[in-house]
Amino acid sequence: MSRASTYSLIVFIGLGGAIGATMRYGVALLFAEQSFPYETMIVNILGCFVLGFLSNHGSIKKKLPQPVLLAINTGIIGSFTTFSTFTVETIHLITDQIVAGFIYLFGSIVFGILGSFAGYFLAKILCKEEEVIQ
Amino acid sequence: MSILLVAIGGFAGANARYFVGVTFNRVDPLRPFGTWIANITGSFLLGFLFVATDNNLLPSMMWTLLGTGFCGAYTTFSTFGTELVSMLVKKAYRRAILYAFSSVAISLLGVFIILVIY
Repeated sequence: MSRASTYSLIVFIGLGGAIGATMRYGVALLFAEQSFPYETMIVNILGCFVLGFLSNHGSIKKKLPQPVLLAINTGIIGSFTTFSTFTVETIHLITDQIVAGFIYLFGSIVFGILGSFAGYFLAKILCKEEEVIQ
Repeated sequence: MSILLVAIGGFAGANARYFVGVTFNRVDPLRPFGTWIANITGSFLLGFLFVATDNNLLPSMMWTLLGTGFCGAYTTFSTFGTELVSMLVKKAYRRAILYAFSSVAISLLGVFIILVIY
């Protein structure tokens, strides 16, 4: 990859990262008063759904240029969701209110994966319809 | 101001995750070592940052920049979930369980130790 295209990739992904992280921060501000980490659960499950969809939608992947796809997937959605915050919050919650902690831990994982599956299925259904129309 | 810090950290974190991914992720078959490394190391880093901030060794602006911004973007739940779905759809059940379990268990264990020691 040429130096120029590496730099532009860094900018594309970085801008996506800035946007995704800021969006996540915005959601966190909405739930600032809550003791249970609803904001992290929401961004993670929602992000799983959207990325599951975009990663498995054949014609979106074909039509968008690669840097744009990376900016959205790796950049925005990848940074919108977070694993580190989830981990630290899980430890805090389990050592404080153990039941809430385990609900958070298993709920995030189960509903996150279900969200990814939902995005996957939706993408497959929509792509089939496109093939049929063409 | 906080938004700017989060954005800058996010810029760096997303790129760090991308390059770790490009370096270590394997595609066929799917073995996302990069995502795995990023999630685990990012979790450990956030644990350290939390302890430092909690003990007033780190100003809260640095927490916002490095914790919320960088670690939040460097680690990812969405890519983790999508990779698991890819494995499950290809019926690589054992690999999926190993990936999910190790990502979560190692991260939790490390952060627990960090938080408990200090």
